[in-house]
Amino acid sequence: MPEIIDQIFVLSKHWLLGYVPAGLQPVFSALLSVVPVLIAFPLLFAITTVLERKGLGRMQNRYGPNRTGPFGILQPMADGIKSLTKEDIIPRTADHLVHLLAPLLLVTASFLVYAVLPIGRNMVIANLNAGVLFFFAVGSMVELAVFMAGWSSRSKYSLLGAMRAIAQMISYEMPLVLASVVVIMAAGSLSTVAIVNMQASYTGIWPHWYVFTPWGLTGFVIFLIAATAESNRCPFDLPEGESEIIAGYYIEYSGFKFALFFLGEYLGMFATSAMAITLFLGGWAAPFSFLTWIPSYVWFFTKLLTLILVFIWIRGTLPRLRMDQLMNFAWKFMLPLSLINIFGAGVWHYMPAGLLRWLVVTLLVVVSCISLSRGLRRGKWFHVRTYRFAA
Amino acid sequence: MIGEGILKGLAETARNFFGSYVNKDRLTTVQFPEERLPQIEATRDFPFLVYDGTDWQQGLRCVSCQICEKECPPKCIYIEKSKDKKPDATGKPQSYPTTFNIDISVCMSCQICVEVCPFDAIKMDVAFELSTDDRFGGLLLNREQLAKSNEYYNKIHPTEAAAVDAAFAEERAKAEAKARQAAEAKAAAAAQTLTPGAGETTRVQ
Repeated sequence: MPEIIDQIFVLSKHWLLGYVPAGLQPVFSALLSVVPVLIAFPLLFAITTVLERKGLGRMQNRYGPNRTGPFGILQPMADGIKSLTKEDIIPRTADHLVHLLAPLLLVTASFLVYAVLPIGRNMVIANLNAGVLFFFAVGSMVELAVFMAGWSSRSKYSLLGAMRAIAQMISYEMPLVLASVVVIMAAGSLSTVAIVNMQASYTGIWPHWYVFTPWGLTGFVIFLIAATAESNRCPFDLPEGESEIIAGYYIEYSGFKFALFFLGEYLGMFATSAMAITLFLGGWAAPFSFLTWIPSYVWFFTKLLTLILVFIWIRGTLPRLRMDQLMNFAWKFMLPLSLINIFGAGVWHYMPAGLLRWLVVTLLVVVSCISLSRGLRRGKWFHVRTYRFAA
Repeated sequence: MIGEGILKGLAETARNFFGSYVNKDRLTTVQFPEERLPQIEATRDFPFLVYDGTDWQQGLRCVSCQICEKECPPKCIYIEKSKDKKPDATGKPQSYPTTFNIDISVCMSCQICVEVCPFDAIKMDVAFELSTDDRFGGLLLNREQLAKSNEYYNKIHPTEAAAVDAAFAEERAKAEAKARQAAEAKAAAAAQTLTPGAGETTRVQ
Protein backbone atom coordinates (compact mmCIF):
# COMPACT_ATOMS: atom_id res chain seq x y z
CA MET A 1 0.00 0.00 0.00
CA PRO A 2 2.70 2.59 0.81
CA GLU A 3 4.23 1.81 -2.57
CA ILE A 4 0.98 2.67 -4.31
CA ILE A 5 0.63 5.96 -2.44
CA ASP A 6 4.27 6.72 -3.16
CA GLN A 7 3.76 6.06 -6.88
CA ILE A 8 0.21 7.43 -7.13
CA PHE A 9 1.15 10.28 -9.46
CA VAL A 10 3.25 8.04 -11.69
CA LEU A 11 0.51 5.39 -11.83
CA SER A 12 -2.25 7.91 -12.56
CA LYS A 13 -0.16 9.40 -15.34
CA HIS A 14 0.21 5.97 -16.93
CA TRP A 15 -3.49 5.30 -16.45
CA LEU A 16 -4.38 8.59 -18.17
CA LEU A 17 -1.93 7.90 -20.98
CA GLY A 18 -3.76 4.65 -21.67
CA TYR A 19 -6.70 6.66 -23.02
CA VAL A 20 -4.56 8.66 -25.44
CA PRO A 21 -3.88 7.39 -29.00
CA ALA A 22 -0.35 6.09 -29.44
CA GLY A 23 0.68 8.87 -31.81
CA LEU A 24 -0.11 11.59 -29.29
CA GLN A 25 1.38 9.81 -26.32
CA PRO A 26 4.78 11.58 -26.23
CA VAL A 27 3.09 14.99 -26.27
CA PHE A 28 0.60 14.05 -23.57
CA SER A 29 3.28 12.39 -21.48
CA ALA A 30 5.28 15.62 -21.54
CA LEU A 31 2.21 17.70 -20.74
CA LEU A 32 1.21 15.48 -17.83
CA SER A 33 4.71 15.81 -16.39
CA VAL A 34 5.16 19.52 -16.97
CA VAL A 35 1.77 20.93 -16.00
CA PRO A 36 1.81 19.72 -12.36
CA VAL A 37 5.23 21.31 -11.89
CA LEU A 38 3.96 24.53 -13.46
CA ILE A 39 1.11 24.52 -10.94
CA ALA A 40 2.87 23.23 -7.83
CA PHE A 41 5.84 25.59 -7.75
CA PRO A 42 4.01 28.88 -8.34
CA LEU A 43 1.62 27.72 -5.61
CA LEU A 44 4.62 27.13 -3.37
CA PHE A 45 5.75 30.64 -4.34
CA ALA A 46 2.43 32.07 -3.17
CA ILE A 47 2.65 30.20 0.11
CA THR A 48 6.28 31.21 0.58
CA THR A 49 5.60 34.93 0.10
CA VAL A 50 3.03 35.00 2.87
CA LEU A 51 5.11 32.73 5.12
CA GLU A 52 8.13 34.89 4.56
CA ARG A 53 6.33 38.12 5.34
CA LYS A 54 4.76 36.69 8.46
CA GLY A 55 8.00 35.04 9.57
CA LEU A 56 10.06 38.15 9.01
CA GLY A 57 7.45 40.14 10.86
CA ARG A 58 7.61 37.87 13.85
CA MET A 59 11.41 38.01 13.84
CA GLN A 60 11.10 41.77 14.09
CA ASN A 61 8.36 41.54 16.72
CA ARG A 62 5.62 42.55 14.30
CA TYR A 63 2.46 40.74 13.21
CA GLY A 64 3.09 40.66 9.47
CA PRO A 65 0.14 40.59 7.06
CA ASN A 66 -3.00 39.61 8.98
CA ARG A 67 -5.84 41.40 7.20
CA THR A 68 -6.67 39.41 4.05
CA GLY A 69 -8.49 36.25 5.02
CA PRO A 70 -7.94 34.37 8.27
CA PHE A 71 -4.46 35.18 9.62
CA GLY A 72 -3.64 36.90 6.32
CA ILE A 73 -3.31 33.68 4.34
CA LEU A 74 -5.10 35.19 1.33
CA GLN A 75 -2.47 37.92 1.03
CA PRO A 76 -0.88 36.40 -2.12
CA MET A 77 -4.28 36.61 -3.84
CA ALA A 78 -4.54 40.28 -3.00
CA ASP A 79 -0.96 40.82 -4.19
CA GLY A 80 -1.70 38.99 -7.43
CA ILE A 81 -4.85 40.98 -8.15
CA LYS A 82 -3.03 44.19 -7.34
CA SER A 83 -0.12 43.46 -9.65
CA LEU A 84 -2.49 42.42 -12.45
CA THR A 85 -4.53 45.61 -12.23
CA LYS A 86 -1.59 47.97 -11.95
CA GLU A 87 -0.46 50.08 -14.88
CA ASP A 88 2.36 48.58 -16.89
CA ILE A 89 4.79 51.47 -17.30
CA ILE A 90 7.53 51.25 -19.91
CA PRO A 91 10.09 54.08 -19.94
CA ARG A 92 9.94 56.08 -23.18
CA THR A 93 13.65 55.59 -23.93
CA ALA A 94 13.65 51.91 -22.98
CA ASP A 95 14.39 49.18 -25.47
CA HIS A 96 10.82 47.95 -25.64
CA LEU A 97 11.44 44.46 -26.98
CA VAL A 98 14.23 43.59 -24.57
CA HIS A 99 12.33 45.23 -21.74
CA LEU A 100 9.44 42.88 -22.46
CA LEU A 101 11.58 39.79 -22.99
CA ALA A 102 13.68 40.07 -19.82
CA PRO A 103 11.05 38.96 -17.28
CA LEU A 104 9.79 36.26 -19.65
CA LEU A 105 13.29 34.87 -20.11
CA LEU A 106 13.89 34.96 -16.37
CA VAL A 107 10.75 32.96 -15.62
CA THR A 108 11.37 30.57 -18.51
CA ALA A 109 14.91 29.89 -17.36
CA SER A 110 13.75 29.43 -13.79
CA PHE A 111 11.12 26.94 -14.88
CA LEU A 112 13.41 25.04 -17.26
CA VAL A 113 15.72 23.85 -14.50
CA TYR A 114 12.85 22.00 -12.84
CA ALA A 115 13.06 19.50 -15.69
CA VAL A 116 15.93 17.64 -14.03
CA LEU A 117 14.88 17.86 -10.38
CA PRO A 118 13.58 14.57 -9.01
CA ILE A 119 10.54 15.49 -6.94
CA GLY A 120 9.87 11.94 -5.86
CA ARG A 121 10.71 8.35 -6.70
CA ASN A 122 10.39 8.02 -10.50
CA MET A 123 9.06 11.55 -10.54
CA VAL A 124 11.31 13.61 -12.78
CA ILE A 125 10.36 15.36 -16.01
CA ALA A 126 13.54 14.44 -17.87
CA ASN A 127 16.17 12.02 -16.58
CA LEU A 128 19.10 13.55 -18.45
CA ASN A 129 22.43 11.81 -18.00
CA ALA A 130 23.99 15.28 -17.70
CA GLY A 131 21.27 16.64 -15.44
CA VAL A 132 23.49 18.61 -13.08
CA LEU A 133 25.26 20.19 -16.04
CA PHE A 134 21.91 21.10 -17.60
CA PHE A 135 20.80 22.66 -14.32
CA PHE A 136 23.79 24.97 -14.08
CA ALA A 137 23.85 25.76 -17.80
CA VAL A 138 20.20 26.80 -17.90
CA GLY A 139 20.45 28.43 -14.50
CA SER A 140 23.06 30.82 -15.85
CA MET A 141 20.48 32.14 -18.31
CA VAL A 142 19.07 34.04 -15.36
CA GLU A 143 22.10 36.32 -15.49
CA LEU A 144 21.32 37.14 -19.10
CA ALA A 145 17.74 38.01 -18.20
CA VAL A 146 18.88 40.19 -15.34
CA PHE A 147 21.29 42.11 -17.51
CA MET A 148 18.67 42.46 -20.25
CA ALA A 149 16.35 44.02 -17.69
CA GLY A 150 18.99 46.38 -16.37
CA TRP A 151 20.25 47.42 -19.77
CA SER A 152 16.95 47.86 -21.55
CA SER A 153 15.44 50.05 -18.82
CA ARG A 154 17.77 52.97 -19.57
CA SER A 155 18.11 53.88 -15.96
CA LYS A 156 21.28 54.42 -13.96
CA TYR A 157 19.93 52.47 -11.02
CA SER A 158 18.86 49.61 -13.25
CA LEU A 159 22.24 49.41 -14.88
CA LEU A 160 24.08 49.62 -11.57
CA GLY A 161 21.89 46.88 -10.18
CA ALA A 162 22.42 44.73 -13.25
CA MET A 163 26.20 45.21 -13.12
CA ARG A 164 26.23 44.25 -9.48
CA ALA A 165 24.03 41.27 -10.20
CA ILE A 166 26.30 40.06 -13.00
CA ALA A 167 29.45 40.49 -10.91
CA GLN A 168 27.86 38.69 -7.99
CA MET A 169 26.21 35.87 -9.92
CA ILE A 170 29.29 35.03 -11.96
CA SER A 171 31.49 35.14 -8.85
CA TYR A 172 29.22 32.84 -6.91
CA GLU A 173 28.44 30.51 -9.79
CA MET A 174 31.94 29.11 -9.40
CA PRO A 175 31.75 28.01 -5.75
CA LEU A 176 28.23 26.76 -6.49
CA VAL A 177 29.40 24.45 -9.27
CA LEU A 178 32.62 23.46 -7.50
CA ALA A 179 30.69 22.58 -4.36
CA SER A 180 28.52 20.21 -6.36
CA VAL A 181 31.55 18.65 -8.06
CA VAL A 182 32.33 16.66 -4.88
CA VAL A 183 28.95 14.96 -5.13
CA ILE A 184 29.45 14.23 -8.82
CA MET A 185 32.83 12.71 -7.92
CA ALA A 186 31.32 10.54 -5.21
CA ALA A 187 28.28 9.45 -7.20
CA GLY A 188 30.20 9.02 -10.44
CA SER A 189 27.28 10.42 -12.37
CA LEU A 190 25.89 13.72 -13.60
CA SER A 191 22.34 12.41 -13.55
CA THR A 192 20.29 13.82 -10.68
CA VAL A 193 18.24 10.63 -10.51
CA ALA A 194 21.36 8.50 -10.13
CA ILE A 195 22.72 10.84 -7.44
CA VAL A 196 19.54 10.53 -5.39
CA ASN A 197 19.43 6.76 -5.86
CA MET A 198 22.99 6.56 -4.52
CA GLN A 199 21.85 8.32 -1.33
CA ALA A 200 18.60 6.38 -0.88
CA SER A 201 20.12 3.40 0.93
CA TYR A 202 20.66 2.90 4.66
CA THR A 203 23.21 1.55 7.12
CA GLY A 204 21.14 0.46 10.08
CA ILE A 205 18.67 3.33 10.33
CA TRP A 206 21.08 5.98 9.01
CA PRO A 207 20.87 7.18 5.40
CA HIS A 208 23.82 7.59 3.04
CA TRP A 209 23.34 11.29 2.47
CA TYR A 210 26.41 13.10 1.28
CA VAL A 211 25.90 15.81 3.88
CA PHE A 212 26.96 13.28 6.54
CA THR A 213 30.56 13.29 5.36
CA PRO A 214 33.05 16.07 6.14
CA TRP A 215 33.42 17.08 2.48
CA GLY A 216 29.66 16.77 1.98
CA LEU A 217 28.92 19.08 4.89
CA THR A 218 31.45 21.63 3.68
CA GLY A 219 30.07 21.35 0.17
CA PHE A 220 26.54 21.77 1.45
CA VAL A 221 27.38 24.92 3.41
CA ILE A 222 29.28 26.41 0.47
CA PHE A 223 26.42 25.46 -1.85
CA LEU A 224 23.87 27.07 0.46
CA ILE A 225 25.84 30.32 0.77
CA ALA A 226 26.42 30.44 -2.99
CA ALA A 227 22.75 29.65 -3.61
CA THR A 228 21.77 32.59 -1.41
CA ALA A 229 24.02 34.81 -3.49
CA GLU A 230 22.76 33.28 -6.75
CA SER A 231 19.15 33.99 -5.91
CA ASN A 232 19.99 37.57 -4.80
CA ARG A 233 18.69 37.06 -1.33
CA CYS A 234 19.70 38.74 1.88
CA PRO A 235 22.55 39.11 2.93
CA PHE A 236 23.63 39.11 -0.72
CA ASP A 237 20.84 41.31 -2.06
CA LEU A 238 23.13 44.05 -3.34
CA PRO A 239 21.68 43.95 -6.87
CA GLU A 240 18.33 44.94 -5.39
CA GLY A 241 19.57 46.99 -2.45
CA GLU A 242 16.29 48.77 -1.63
CA SER A 243 18.05 51.32 0.52
CA GLU A 244 20.70 52.31 -2.00
CA ILE A 245 19.64 51.58 -5.58
CA ILE A 246 15.92 51.20 -4.84
CA ALA A 247 15.21 47.93 -6.62
CA GLY A 248 18.24 47.47 -8.82
CA TYR A 249 17.65 45.96 -12.21
CA TYR A 250 13.87 45.82 -11.96
CA ILE A 251 13.31 49.39 -10.81
CA GLU A 252 11.65 50.31 -14.12
CA TYR A 253 9.25 47.40 -14.03
CA SER A 254 5.74 47.67 -12.73
CA GLY A 255 2.55 45.69 -12.66
CA PHE A 256 2.72 42.08 -13.69
CA LYS A 257 6.23 42.25 -15.13
CA PHE A 258 7.45 43.13 -11.66
CA ALA A 259 5.50 40.19 -10.30
CA LEU A 260 7.17 37.98 -12.91
CA PHE A 261 10.58 39.08 -11.66
CA PHE A 262 9.48 38.29 -8.16
CA LEU A 263 8.22 34.90 -9.26
CA GLY A 264 11.40 34.18 -11.20
CA GLU A 265 13.54 35.04 -8.23
CA TYR A 266 11.63 32.76 -5.90
CA LEU A 267 11.52 29.96 -8.46
CA GLY A 268 15.28 30.27 -8.73
CA MET A 269 15.57 30.03 -4.99
CA PHE A 270 13.36 26.92 -4.90
CA ALA A 271 15.34 25.37 -7.73
CA THR A 272 18.72 25.87 -6.09
CA SER A 273 17.30 24.66 -2.77
CA ALA A 274 15.92 21.60 -4.55
CA MET A 275 19.32 21.06 -6.13
CA ALA A 276 20.98 21.30 -2.70
CA ILE A 277 18.50 18.69 -1.48
CA THR A 278 19.17 16.47 -4.47
CA LEU A 279 22.93 16.70 -4.13
CA PHE A 280 23.46 16.64 -0.39
CA LEU A 281 20.24 15.87 1.49
CA GLY A 282 19.24 12.71 -0.30
CA GLY A 283 16.55 14.18 -2.55
CA TRP A 284 13.27 12.42 -1.91
CA ALA A 285 14.82 9.81 0.40
CA ALA A 286 13.56 9.50 3.96
CA PRO A 287 15.99 10.54 6.73
CA PHE A 288 15.59 7.21 8.58
CA SER A 289 15.03 3.74 7.23
CA PHE A 290 11.90 3.27 9.40
CA LEU A 291 10.28 6.35 7.83
CA THR A 292 10.38 5.10 4.26
CA TRP A 293 6.62 4.40 4.34
CA ILE A 294 5.99 8.17 4.04
CA PRO A 295 5.71 9.03 0.31
CA SER A 296 8.88 10.29 -1.34
CA TYR A 297 7.36 13.56 -2.62
CA VAL A 298 6.30 14.44 0.93
CA TRP A 299 9.91 14.15 2.02
CA PHE A 300 11.08 16.26 -0.90
CA PHE A 301 8.68 19.09 -0.15
CA THR A 302 9.35 18.88 3.59
CA LYS A 303 13.05 19.29 2.95
CA LEU A 304 12.37 22.09 0.48
CA LEU A 305 10.20 23.98 2.95
CA THR A 306 12.82 23.51 5.65
CA LEU A 307 15.48 25.02 3.42
CA ILE A 308 13.15 27.89 2.49
CA LEU A 309 12.59 28.55 6.19
CA VAL A 310 16.36 28.61 6.68
CA PHE A 311 16.61 31.18 3.89
CA ILE A 312 13.89 33.29 5.51
CA TRP A 313 15.58 32.98 8.88
CA ILE A 314 18.88 34.14 7.41
CA ARG A 315 17.15 37.01 5.67
CA GLY A 316 15.63 38.11 8.95
CA THR A 317 18.99 38.01 10.69
CA LEU A 318 21.85 39.24 8.57
CA PRO A 319 22.51 42.74 7.26
CA ARG A 320 23.54 43.35 3.66
CA LEU A 321 27.18 42.94 2.71
CA ARG A 322 29.28 45.60 1.05
CA MET A 323 30.37 45.04 -2.55
CA ASP A 324 34.07 44.53 -1.67
CA GLN A 325 33.18 42.17 1.18
CA LEU A 326 31.00 40.20 -1.21
CA MET A 327 33.75 39.86 -3.79
CA ASN A 328 36.47 39.09 -1.25
CA PHE A 329 34.28 36.45 0.30
CA ALA A 330 33.63 34.79 -3.06
CA TRP A 331 37.16 34.83 -4.44
CA LYS A 332 39.33 34.63 -1.34
CA PHE A 333 37.28 32.27 0.79
CA MET A 334 34.59 30.33 -1.04
CA LEU A 335 36.56 29.49 -4.18
CA PRO A 336 39.74 28.21 -2.42
CA LEU A 337 37.68 26.35 0.15
CA SER A 338 35.61 24.60 -2.48
CA LEU A 339 38.79 23.61 -4.35
CA ILE A 340 40.31 22.23 -1.12
CA ASN A 341 37.02 20.46 -0.54
CA ILE A 342 37.30 18.72 -3.89
CA PHE A 343 40.79 17.60 -2.87
CA GLY A 344 39.35 16.38 0.43
CA ALA A 345 36.73 14.35 -1.39
CA GLY A 346 39.50 12.77 -3.45
CA VAL A 347 41.45 11.89 -0.29
CA TRP A 348 38.27 10.41 1.18
CA HIS A 349 37.76 8.28 -1.91
CA TYR A 350 41.27 6.80 -1.92
CA MET A 351 41.64 6.22 1.82
CA PRO A 352 40.30 3.00 3.36
CA ALA A 353 36.94 3.38 5.10
CA GLY A 354 37.28 4.04 8.79
CA LEU A 355 37.82 6.64 11.43
CA LEU A 356 41.16 7.78 10.01
CA ARG A 357 39.75 9.24 6.79
CA TRP A 358 37.11 11.06 8.80
CA LEU A 359 39.83 12.63 10.90
CA VAL A 360 42.08 13.52 7.96
CA VAL A 361 39.40 15.11 5.80
CA THR A 362 37.77 16.96 8.72
CA LEU A 363 41.14 18.32 9.76
CA LEU A 364 41.91 19.37 6.19
CA VAL A 365 38.63 21.25 5.84
CA VAL A 366 38.67 22.85 9.30
CA VAL A 367 42.29 23.99 9.10
CA SER A 368 41.86 25.46 5.63
CA CYS A 369 38.59 27.14 6.68
CA ILE A 370 40.28 28.80 9.67
CA SER A 371 43.37 29.87 7.76
CA LEU A 372 41.31 31.23 4.87
CA SER A 373 39.13 33.27 7.21
CA ARG A 374 42.32 34.57 8.88
CA GLY A 375 43.50 35.57 5.43
CA LEU A 376 40.22 37.41 4.82
CA ARG A 377 40.68 39.35 8.00
CA ARG A 378 44.31 40.22 7.37
CA GLY A 379 45.02 43.91 6.95
CA LYS A 380 41.67 44.87 8.38
CA TRP A 381 42.76 45.51 11.94
CA PHE A 382 41.89 48.89 13.28
CA HIS A 383 45.00 50.74 14.22
CA VAL A 384 46.25 54.26 14.60
CA ARG A 385 47.08 55.56 11.19
CA THR A 386 50.58 56.92 10.84
CA TYR A 387 51.43 59.36 8.10
CA ARG A 388 54.82 59.62 6.49
CA PHE A 389 55.56 62.89 4.84
CA ALA A 390 58.10 63.38 2.10
CA ALA A 391 61.22 64.85 3.55
CA MET B 1 35.26 31.37 16.47
CA ILE B 2 34.27 31.78 12.83
CA GLY B 3 30.59 32.48 12.38
CA GLU B 4 29.94 33.03 16.08
CA GLY B 5 28.30 36.38 15.41
CA ILE B 6 26.06 34.85 12.77
CA LEU B 7 24.95 32.11 15.17
CA LYS B 8 24.25 34.67 17.88
CA GLY B 9 22.17 36.69 15.42
CA LEU B 10 20.24 33.60 14.34
CA ALA B 11 19.53 32.77 17.99
CA GLU B 12 18.28 36.30 18.59
CA THR B 13 15.87 36.26 15.65
CA ALA B 14 14.66 32.79 16.65
CA ARG B 15 14.01 34.10 20.16
CA ASN B 16 12.07 37.00 18.68
CA PHE B 17 10.09 34.67 16.44
CA PHE B 18 8.94 32.32 19.20
CA GLY B 19 8.78 35.03 21.84
CA SER B 20 6.33 37.08 19.81
CA TYR B 21 3.87 34.18 19.94
CA VAL B 22 4.27 33.72 23.70
CA ASN B 23 4.75 37.21 25.04
CA LYS B 24 2.30 39.84 23.79
CA ASP B 25 4.42 42.65 25.24
CA ARG B 26 6.99 42.07 22.52
CA LEU B 27 4.57 43.15 19.82
CA THR B 28 4.55 46.92 19.64
CA THR B 29 2.09 47.10 16.74
CA VAL B 30 -1.23 48.80 17.43
CA GLN B 31 -3.94 47.10 15.35
CA PHE B 32 -5.26 50.41 14.12
CA PRO B 33 -8.95 50.38 13.25
CA GLU B 34 -9.76 48.16 16.22
CA GLU B 35 -7.48 49.76 18.77
CA ARG B 36 -6.29 53.34 18.84
CA LEU B 37 -3.66 55.18 20.77
CA PRO B 38 -4.86 58.35 22.52
CA GLN B 39 -3.79 61.43 20.58
CA ILE B 40 -1.42 63.82 22.28
CA GLU B 41 -2.80 67.30 22.93
CA ALA B 42 -0.59 69.02 20.38
CA THR B 43 -1.84 66.77 17.57
CA ARG B 44 -2.69 68.74 14.46
CA ASP B 45 -3.45 68.12 10.84
CA PHE B 46 -5.76 70.52 9.00
CA PRO B 47 -7.27 73.87 10.02
CA PHE B 48 -10.92 74.44 10.96
CA LEU B 49 -13.00 77.52 11.78
CA VAL B 50 -14.22 78.04 15.35
CA TYR B 51 -17.72 79.35 16.07
CA ASP B 52 -19.30 80.38 19.37
CA GLY B 53 -22.79 79.45 20.42
CA THR B 54 -25.01 77.08 18.52
CA ASP B 55 -25.50 78.71 15.12
CA TRP B 56 -22.36 78.34 13.06
CA GLN B 57 -23.28 81.16 10.71
CA GLN B 58 -23.93 83.63 13.50
CA GLY B 59 -21.12 82.56 15.77
CA LEU B 60 -18.30 82.31 13.26
CA ARG B 61 -15.30 84.14 14.70
CA CYS B 62 -13.75 84.79 11.33
CA VAL B 63 -14.00 88.41 10.19
CA SER B 64 -12.50 87.64 6.77
CA CYS B 65 -9.48 89.85 7.25
CA GLN B 66 -7.79 87.51 4.75
CA ILE B 67 -4.44 87.47 6.55
CA CYS B 68 -4.39 83.67 6.55
CA GLU B 69 -5.15 83.62 2.85
CA LYS B 70 -2.18 85.87 2.16
CA GLU B 71 0.17 84.04 4.53
CA CYS B 72 -0.69 80.50 3.48
CA PRO B 73 2.51 79.12 1.84
CA PRO B 74 0.85 76.64 -0.53
CA LYS B 75 -2.11 78.99 -1.10
CA CYS B 76 -4.80 76.54 -0.17
CA ILE B 77 -7.20 79.07 1.42
CA TYR B 78 -9.78 81.02 -0.58
CA ILE B 79 -11.92 83.71 1.10
CA GLU B 80 -14.67 86.01 -0.17
CA LYS B 81 -15.52 88.94 2.06
CA SER B 82 -19.11 89.91 2.81
CA LYS B 83 -20.55 93.34 1.96
CA ASP B 84 -22.59 93.63 5.17
CA LYS B 85 -21.46 93.27 8.76
CA LYS B 86 -22.37 91.18 11.76
CA PRO B 87 -21.19 91.33 15.39
CA ASP B 88 -18.07 89.28 16.01
CA ALA B 89 -17.04 87.34 19.12
CA THR B 90 -16.52 90.49 21.17
CA GLY B 91 -19.66 92.16 19.85
CA LYS B 92 -18.02 94.52 17.41
CA PRO B 93 -19.66 94.70 13.96
CA GLN B 94 -17.32 93.06 11.45
CA SER B 95 -17.43 91.54 7.99
CA TYR B 96 -17.74 87.79 7.72
CA PRO B 97 -16.62 85.34 5.03
CA THR B 98 -19.29 84.49 2.46
CA THR B 99 -16.93 81.85 1.08
CA PHE B 100 -14.14 80.17 3.00
CA ASN B 101 -12.56 77.19 1.25
CA ILE B 102 -9.53 75.15 2.26
CA ASP B 103 -8.15 72.58 -0.14
CA ILE B 104 -6.75 70.00 2.26
CA SER B 105 -5.11 68.12 -0.60
CA VAL B 106 -2.85 71.20 -0.90
CA CYS B 107 -2.62 72.14 2.77
CA MET B 108 0.71 71.22 4.33
CA SER B 109 -0.42 71.53 7.98
CA CYS B 110 2.14 74.23 8.75
CA GLN B 111 -0.18 76.04 11.18
CA ILE B 112 0.88 79.48 9.88
CA CYS B 113 -2.76 80.48 9.34
CA VAL B 114 -3.43 79.72 13.01
CA GLU B 115 -0.47 81.74 14.17
CA VAL B 116 -1.30 84.84 12.13
CA CYS B 117 -5.02 84.91 12.93
CA PRO B 118 -5.69 87.92 15.22
CA PHE B 119 -9.21 86.71 16.02
CA ASP B 120 -8.48 83.12 17.15
CA ALA B 121 -10.91 82.09 14.45
CA ILE B 122 -8.89 79.38 12.73
CA LYS B 123 -7.40 76.46 14.66
CA MET B 124 -5.87 73.08 13.89
CA ASP B 125 -8.09 70.02 13.82
CA VAL B 126 -7.20 66.46 14.85
CA ALA B 127 -9.51 64.49 12.52
CA PHE B 128 -7.27 62.48 10.21
CA GLU B 129 -9.48 59.86 8.58
CA LEU B 130 -10.38 62.09 5.66
CA SER B 131 -9.97 59.73 2.73
CA THR B 132 -12.55 60.14 0.00
CA ASP B 133 -13.25 58.68 -3.40
CA ASP B 134 -13.50 62.17 -4.93
CA ARG B 135 -10.04 63.62 -4.79
CA PHE B 136 -11.04 67.08 -6.07
CA GLY B 137 -14.42 67.87 -4.55
CA GLY B 138 -14.04 65.60 -1.55
CA LEU B 139 -10.90 67.28 -0.32
CA LEU B 140 -12.04 70.87 -0.89
CA LEU B 141 -13.72 71.83 2.38
CA ASN B 142 -16.15 74.77 2.41
CA ARG B 143 -17.27 77.11 5.19
CA GLU B 144 -19.90 74.78 6.54
CA GLN B 145 -17.58 71.76 6.65
CA LEU B 146 -14.85 73.80 8.27
CA ALA B 147 -17.02 75.38 10.98
CA LYS B 148 -16.73 73.56 14.30
CA SER B 149 -18.01 74.65 17.66
CA ASN B 150 -15.95 76.12 20.48
CA GLU B 151 -16.97 73.10 22.59
CA TYR B 152 -15.29 70.84 20.05
CA TYR B 153 -12.19 73.02 20.18
CA ASN B 154 -12.22 72.79 23.98
CA LYS B 155 -12.44 69.05 23.70
CA ILE B 156 -9.53 68.51 21.32
CA HIS B 157 -7.11 71.15 22.65
CA PRO B 158 -8.28 71.91 26.24
CA THR B 159 -5.35 74.01 27.45
CA GLU B 160 -5.10 76.13 24.34
CA ALA B 161 -8.86 76.65 24.12
CA ALA B 162 -9.10 77.64 27.79
CA ALA B 163 -6.46 80.33 27.23
CA VAL B 164 -8.33 81.60 24.18
CA ASP B 165 -11.64 81.63 26.09
CA ALA B 166 -10.04 83.52 28.99
CA ALA B 167 -8.63 86.11 26.59
CA PHE B 168 -12.04 86.50 24.98
CA ALA B 169 -13.74 86.84 28.37
CA GLU B 170 -11.28 89.56 29.35
CA GLU B 171 -11.80 91.34 26.05
CA ARG B 172 -15.55 91.15 26.41
CA ALA B 173 -15.35 92.42 30.01
CA LYS B 174 -13.15 95.28 28.86
CA ALA B 175 -15.54 96.10 26.05
CA GLU B 176 -18.44 95.98 28.45
CA ALA B 177 -16.64 98.20 30.96
CA LYS B 178 -15.82 100.63 28.19
CA ALA B 179 -19.39 100.60 27.03
CA ARG B 180 -20.56 101.17 30.60
CA GLN B 181 -18.07 104.01 31.01
CA ALA B 182 -19.15 105.49 27.73
CA ALA B 183 -22.77 105.19 28.79
CA GLU B 184 -22.02 106.82 32.12
CA ALA B 185 -20.14 109.65 30.49
CA LYS B 186 -22.98 110.07 28.08
CA ALA B 187 -25.46 110.12 30.96
CA ALA B 188 -23.31 112.61 32.82
CA ALA B 189 -23.03 114.80 29.74
CA ALA B 190 -26.77 114.59 29.31
CA ALA B 191 -27.26 115.54 32.96
CA GLN B 192 -24.88 118.46 32.49
CA THR B 193 -26.75 119.84 29.55
CA LEU B 194 -29.92 119.58 31.61
CA THR B 195 -28.46 121.41 34.67
CA PRO B 196 -25.84 123.90 33.53
CA GLY B 197 -25.09 125.12 37.10
CA ALA B 198 -23.95 121.73 38.20
CA GLY B 199 -21.73 121.58 35.15
CA GLU B 200 -20.16 124.86 36.02
CA THR B 201 -19.39 123.80 39.55
CA THR B 202 -17.60 120.74 38.33
CA ARG B 203 -15.57 122.81 35.93
CA VAL B 204 -14.48 125.16 38.72
CA GLN B 205 -13.46 122.28 40.86
